[in-house]
Amino acid sequence: MNLSMRWLKDYVDIGNVSMRDFSEAMSMSGSKVEGWETEFEGVKNVVVGKILSVEPHPDSDHLVICQLDVAQGEPVQIVTGASNVHAGDLVPVALHKSKLPNGVEITKGKLRGVMSNGMMCSLGELNLTKGDFPYAIENGIFLIEEGCKPGQDIASAIGCNDTCVEFEITPNRPDCLSVIGLAREVAVTFDKPINLHTPVVKGCGGNINDYLSVEVQNKELCQRYVARVVKNVKIGPSPRWMRERLRASGVRPIDNIVDITNYVMLEYGQPMHAFDIEYVKGNKIIVRNALSGETLTTLDGVERNLTEDMLVIADAEKASAVAGVMGGEYSGINEGTHTVVFESACFKGSSVRVTAKKLGMRTESSSRFEKGLDPQNCLPAIMRACELVEMLGAGEVVDGVIDIDNSGYKPTVLHLDAEWTNRFLGTDIPEERMKKILSDLHFGVNGNEIIVPSFRGDVEHKADVAEEIARFYGYNNIPTTTAKGSPQGKLSEYQKFERTVNQTMLAQGLYEIMTYSFVSPKQYDKIRLPKDDPRRKSVVILNPLGEDTSIMRTNAIPSMMDILSKNYNNRNGAVSLYEIGNEYIPVDGELLPDEVPNLVLGMYGEDKDFFTLKGVVENLLDVLGIEDYDVTACSDNPTFHPGRCAILSKGGEEFGIIGEVHPLVCQNYDINTRVYTGKLNMNTLFALMNDEKTYVPMPKFPASTRDLALLCDDSLPVLTMEKAIKNAAGKILEKVELFDVYKGSQIEAGKKSVAFNITMRAADRTLTDEEVGSAMNKILKAMEELGAQIRS
Amino acid sequence: MKAQLEAIEKKAFEELTAAQDLKDLDAVRVKYLGKKGELTAILKQMGKLSAEERPVIGQLANQVRAQIEERLEETKTNLEAHLLDQRLATETLDVTMPGKRSVLGKKHPITIVLDELKEIFIGMGFDVAQGPEVELDYYNFEALNIPKDHPARDTQDTFYINDNVVLRTQTSPIQIRVMEKQKPPIRIIAPGRVYRSDALDATHSPLFHQVEGLVVDKNITMADLKGTLEVFVKRLYGEESVVRFRPHHFPFTEPSAELDVQCFNCHGEGCRLCKGEGWIEILGCGMVHPKVLENCGIDPEEYSGFAFGMGLERLVMRRYNIDDLRLFYENDARFLNQF
Repeated sequence: MNLSMRWLKDYVDIGNVSMRDFSEAMSMSGSKVEGWETEFEGVKNVVVGKILSVEPHPDSDHLVICQLDVAQGEPVQIVTGASNVHAGDLVPVALHKSKLPNGVEITKGKLRGVMSNGMMCSLGELNLTKGDFPYAIENGIFLIEEGCKPGQDIASAIGCNDTCVEFEITPNRPDCLSVIGLAREVAVTFDKPINLHTPVVKGCGGNINDYLSVEVQNKELCQRYVARVVKNVKIGPSPRWMRERLRASGVRPIDNIVDITNYVMLEYGQPMHAFDIEYVKGNKIIVRNALSGETLTTLDGVERNLTEDMLVIADAEKASAVAGVMGGEYSGINEGTHTVVFESACFKGSSVRVTAKKLGMRTESSSRFEKGLDPQNCLPAIMRACELVEMLGAGEVVDGVIDIDNSGYKPTVLHLDAEWTNRFLGTDIPEERMKKILSDLHFGVNGNEIIVPSFRGDVEHKADVAEEIARFYGYNNIPTTTAKGSPQGKLSEYQKFERTVNQTMLAQGLYEIMTYSFVSPKQYDKIRLPKDDPRRKSVVILNPLGEDTSIMRTNAIPSMMDILSKNYNNRNGAVSLYEIGNEYIPVDGELLPDEVPNLVLGMYGEDKDFFTLKGVVENLLDVLGIEDYDVTACSDNPTFHPGRCAILSKGGEEFGIIGEVHPLVCQNYDINTRVYTGKLNMNTLFALMNDEKTYVPMPKFPASTRDLALLCDDSLPVLTMEKAIKNAAGKILEKVELFDVYKGSQIEAGKKSVAFNITMRAADRTLTDEEVGSAMNKILKAMEELGAQIRS
Repeated sequence: MKAQLEAIEKKAFEELTAAQDLKDLDAVRVKYLGKKGELTAILKQMGKLSAEERPVIGQLANQVRAQIEERLEETKTNLEAHLLDQRLATETLDVTMPGKRSVLGKKHPITIVLDELKEIFIGMGFDVAQGPEVELDYYNFEALNIPKDHPARDTQDTFYINDNVVLRTQTSPIQIRVMEKQKPPIRIIAPGRVYRSDALDATHSPLFHQVEGLVVDKNITMADLKGTLEVFVKRLYGEESVVRFRPHHFPFTEPSAELDVQCFNCHGEGCRLCKGEGWIEILGCGMVHPKVLENCGIDPEEYSGFAFGMGLERLVMRRYNIDDLRLFYENDARFLNQF
């Protein structure tokens, strides 16, 4: 909402307050000021000049030399190419070293050898249009027809010195989208009286009912419909004071009737509609729902398809306006308009909102209606419009008002409980002070009964009343205390687990990333998910911004691949990344999906291989105390390299997958190097976590170590061998460490050599050679069962 | 013999003085004190001496031996110290060369600031709550006093899954879920992802993070709201921070406010950082609307509370002087590396 300070002054005089103090005070009482702008603020050295003479230029037939009186002693000589200047004209003169509203600086210079000490300005050069000064011409010097003197500063001479304040008005206060509404707030903020005015309409006789009848069919959506008729309309420009106020408010002046509707909308906050009675067939207005298949071409020339839930203003034959949104193309005011109907109505906000949204046309009018306007404002607003018609001589107001009021308005009555209010706010405000604030805000105060004014539909509870009191008592005058009670905040067990996971990733040099939870369905193709995979069934966004963000991911790996791809293509040499991100898994029969947190890992770089990634995971599982898990080779996940992918599980429950990304998937992400990725289900990890650690004393007796080199089938997993060694050696086994795997020239094809370092120890004695030997024999036997022979 | 002994001592001392390294020293030791050494040889001739001479010469011989040993030890210590100095001198490094660093992981900048917020609020007695991102319209809007036709819905462009399910536009639905489950006293913050259909640009993202807060108990006042949030701001931005509470509107709080902190750069004078306002908006807050308490089965006559919410990205952008929100979700290693 843009407020003209000049207009505000019609209602409240706050005296000499700087704009900074004004906006600070208004912001602190709840009407946030976003900024302000004074017209012609940057303009310098532009004054009114009176042309004394116009002489031809000796060396040009299209230039003339003017002498101007700018009240600086000697006349000023200016050369111009404009042809509409004559001696005696008053014109805007940009003197030497001046600045125009558009920032252009003017200095003196010679034109065809003759000195020109500045420039005479057109409307355009002053950032103005014909709407602002209808008597001026667009192409030529602006000949000023205002009461002003040579030498006068241009801003004050033509009234371009208003200040416009931009307010951020919250949606609960549509009443403040008006000069009067803001004036009420200003008056209470600065504790000044407000000069409200009751419009007076003289009328010219006659009877509105001879011109028009109105039928409201949908009484729920049309809460009030007020109409008046103006005859003998004389379309013309509106007076300067009206044009100035409109311009400062950001509205372009057009003609007197249109300007009046805009003026009243800005002043009262009530959208007005004026239309030519010629176009009301049967002289009857019907407010009804649109018919099935009905269309209407709106003012902007677009044909709109209406639906039955939309409210329209119609005549006996067809719709002429979408109620509260926009008028029809052929109903507006034009040069030949003779009799005008003014409409001041109140339509139900939710209906206007839905209609405007459906039609994709949010207008000034609809954005006001959708916030819920005050039906009690319709009548004063139309009276004000008619008053202005008479004041401007724009027509004659026919006697009588058509007023169909379905609002059933009854004022809201609340009880002021001063003690509760103080307890709620933590204040000690005297009851009398509360009552003063409320009555200044036009609430009725009757003992402890509070009667809410009709324009404050937002006040319906004692908490709302408390806010009104707090706003003007001053939020910053409320004391600051700390909430009672003994605070005991903590992280939950899961949150602590999550912190551990984060710390372990960071300690291993991974960077944390954050990715969007919504992806393109094409991502499933990119990771080569089969067409019939159930994981393609995703939560779909009905109104996505684009295909790229249209479904909630059921797999967080594509998001990681995207980021790896961006880094790779930005030539970041080697990266290791992780994210704890949700996957959104639809659940049959449930409204909401399962949101499953996953730890997603991704890396590439010359120093990385499958085991780099696996090492990161092994460290994490170690930190979490998850032991004896299974690692199974997985060759059928199309996202991964068929020979370099592992599924992690414990007790038959899968908790993760890691692997080298399939080259075709890398290709889909434009990555031309090997990439390693994987994910672990955080919920399962949390369930498996065992953070109970018990101290084991340092060994007192020496260990016996043996190296064991074996020859076996290449396909025999090392993990299987390790487990068999552990089983065979029994309790005395301390650890088994793989230290070499060899395939090559000395080894038969399809075989490999595997070497382990085996450590055995007893807690209570030194092991004898016999004990160690017997254990080694058992191990060898177990190895033979697996088809592994000792290597000689 | 006495003269011989004295000569040995003198010679040994000379040789010790001339010794260049431990090998020379050892040669001296062997030459005089060894089994076949000169001193040993003299001692062997002791038998030839008279009974009177023997103790005198014996004592002298022992003295000479002790003195040689002592001098030997002393020379050895000096020599070792000298040799160490020599070695150390050759081992001098250019200590200005870079260190060998192991790769450090990096937290995402949003996490860094979020962790800091969590720490502050946990210290003030808050727990950390969570809730679903794909949320029922009821929790996201209706229970928060934003019915279907409420104009506030227009200010939050919502992604819909269907008529009843949305991507949450705010973390406020977590308030409702907590209040439905837990009886007061309640003291939680709820960080999380929220979604609004704003096209991605330098200052907007369809996905961003909020941190919600809620306190409900008997006799919670607006003064408590002010006190709690003032402490929070001072912990976040320093004790000297100046805050103000400015009236605002949220459907689920009444009275509602926005908390501004005085611009750190210009101290209220108005500058580019604060867009000339002198103040920077940090968060929205207010007393929980009695209707919202009622919706959760909490009697507003018995209990009251306050709630607050803030956008995390803006906080992080100000903290690190980041001018483009897109950087957070592009996750370029050269960006992440900086925090």
